[in-house]
Amino acid sequence: MPAAKSPKTKRSQIKSSQGNSADTAARELLRRAYRTMLEARLLEEKLAALYRSGKIVGGVFLGRGQEALSVALGVHLRRGDIYAPLIRDQAGRLAFGDTILDTLRTYLGSSLGSMRGRDGNIHRGRPSEGYHAMISHLGAMVSTVCGGLVAKRFRGEKSAVGATCIGEGGTSTGSFHEGMNMAAVENLPLVVVVANNQYSYSTPNDRQFACSDLLSKATGYGVVGHRATGNDLLDCLGVIGEAVAAARRGEGPQLVVADLLRLVGHGEHDDASYIPEAMKKSPLGRDCLELARQSLIEREWLSKEEAVSWHEAVEKEVEETSSKVLREPPPDPAEEDWNAFASPSLGRNL
Amino acid sequence: MSSITYLEAIRLAQQRALKEDPRVFIYGQDVGVFGGAFKATKNLSKEFPGRVLDAPISEDAMVGLAIGAAVEGMRPIVEMQFADFSTCGFNQIVNQAATLHYRTGIPCPIVVRLPSGGTPGSGPFHSQSMEAIYAHYPGLVVMTPATVEDAYTMLLEAVALEDPVIFCEHKFLYYHLKAESLPATVGEALPFGKARIARPGRDATIVAYSAMVHEALAAAEELIQDGYDIEVVDLRTVRPIDTDTILASVARTGRLLVVGEAWPWGGVAAEVISRVATEGFGLLDAPPQRLNAKETPVPYHPALWGTHRPTASSVANSLRQLLEL
Repeated sequence: MPAAKSPKTKRSQIKSSQGNSADTAARELLRRAYRTMLEARLLEEKLAALYRSGKIVGGVFLGRGQEALSVALGVHLRRGDIYAPLIRDQAGRLAFGDTILDTLRTYLGSSLGSMRGRDGNIHRGRPSEGYHAMISHLGAMVSTVCGGLVAKRFRGEKSAVGATCIGEGGTSTGSFHEGMNMAAVENLPLVVVVANNQYSYSTPNDRQFACSDLLSKATGYGVVGHRATGNDLLDCLGVIGEAVAAARRGEGPQLVVADLLRLVGHGEHDDASYIPEAMKKSPLGRDCLELARQSLIEREWLSKEEAVSWHEAVEKEVEETSSKVLREPPPDPAEEDWNAFASPSLGRNL
Repeated sequence: MSSITYLEAIRLAQQRALKEDPRVFIYGQDVGVFGGAFKATKNLSKEFPGRVLDAPISEDAMVGLAIGAAVEGMRPIVEMQFADFSTCGFNQIVNQAATLHYRTGIPCPIVVRLPSGGTPGSGPFHSQSMEAIYAHYPGLVVMTPATVEDAYTMLLEAVALEDPVIFCEHKFLYYHLKAESLPATVGEALPFGKARIARPGRDATIVAYSAMVHEALAAAEELIQDGYDIEVVDLRTVRPIDTDTILASVARTGRLLVVGEAWPWGGVAAEVISRVATEGFGLLDAPPQRLNAKETPVPYHPALWGTHRPTASSVANSLRQLLEL
């Protein structure tokens, strides 16, 4: 067991100078990340509208304000990696390969969606493609991703990483602790991103944990810690990019902690009135999407006209996809096999 | 000479699974070089380097790891040190493993071994029988082998199944039960999910599973002196439950006693009686009865423990009452 590594802060690796291929790659990464954030934001605005008009049953849980952090993980993952997103990871999901179409299908309960109406909203995934479908019990996905990585190790697959996200509230669970400790013991290439959005539903941090800095948990687990500024896309891309690269190099689990604020309720049923106005007006409350847009325009990596046209194109895609999915068939109880087992021999003879 | 114990059968089944299937690995506390708290994995880490892994004391993460590995095509076997501690992994078992296939269409072929049931002096936290809790959840297969042969073949079947299996192996049987040899072929004698007539009879049916099969058989022997011929059905798996074999037996005898070492409330015995009452009411000549553990935590002292659980003698008493109804 290596000695506990002290948490360190990684600054953005993305520079604004132009003219070489690294800058071109950085430019393309940033543009792709911003475009994906935009898709997540506009898709989620549509989800909220569909919820308010009664088209979506159950809950709608949005990641507004957390898109930069979320997308920064998604864009650094690649085919063959494992990704278990959580509640506010629409942007990361889209970056990993989820689609606007399947998101809408899952929220609207289309029988053509990956979850076929059997599960909804954020509880979606395609595990066979490394995209795990979260359960609601926080922390549970940490060890599940570890298991996928252990399987890859058995098969001799090197360089794959596994990643999952959690809120600061989720770090209080036993599952989170057990999973982090296990990942450290097995020295797995796991990246865990903690979005410290200050409130676990309505519970403020001083009722959630007593340590002065969540990043100090990294020392306790014997993993590398990284700090990112949660609403700064460039910083998130740099810090998480380094964390993913370190895991890929075989340097063991990486814990990223980012402070931010969700700019929306816990779910669309929640007006988040417990978040003080002063906090909303503080740097924490600045909108990562707007900051990213400004940053891209300042660097001349995106023109104002292009920003507008992207917005229009995404809005159109979301609208058209939504209209299409609203016409798709809901699941038919009469067509269901009502069988939870995979083994054909079990059938309904239970 | 009888030489293979129930425990050794479990060890040999795991050895065979590791040998025949490269996807199999074992994960649990102290299962590596130490060979497990009960030695069910003795020497396996030496024979299969890197595939029998010690786990931290983290039941939740142990099961979570198994699930994630299964999604990636592995066939993990998780050893809980005691069935009782599986409550710490309960969430992963019932919310993740049991729901995975229904939700996503991806199977979750994991085996969670639960050293179950009481032994003298084990007390409230090393004696529990958890089968009813897990059987309650759709998506979980729950096996409760009562014989050395079944411990061996059913564990191999469990590894081969596409579904998560809760394998309730009885600690009292670990050393008490012996067989001369093990079947070479799995599933030949009885297909998976099929109950076994452990003793044919005509006057009453006892449905039992795991260690209680042996108490039931002893009670049946005792009732020979009373002039009764008792049939004993060994469920083998409590989920799926072989309702057909139960009903066929009740059709022969007209009387039913269900015996379980677990608590009665909402348990396997209650389920059996519910099924017989619903689907075979007309077959019954008397109200169906059940005999379970007493409704307290499992007591420590052998004198209390021996009374807490059903025994051959208490089963015989229940049978006599049933036969007079």
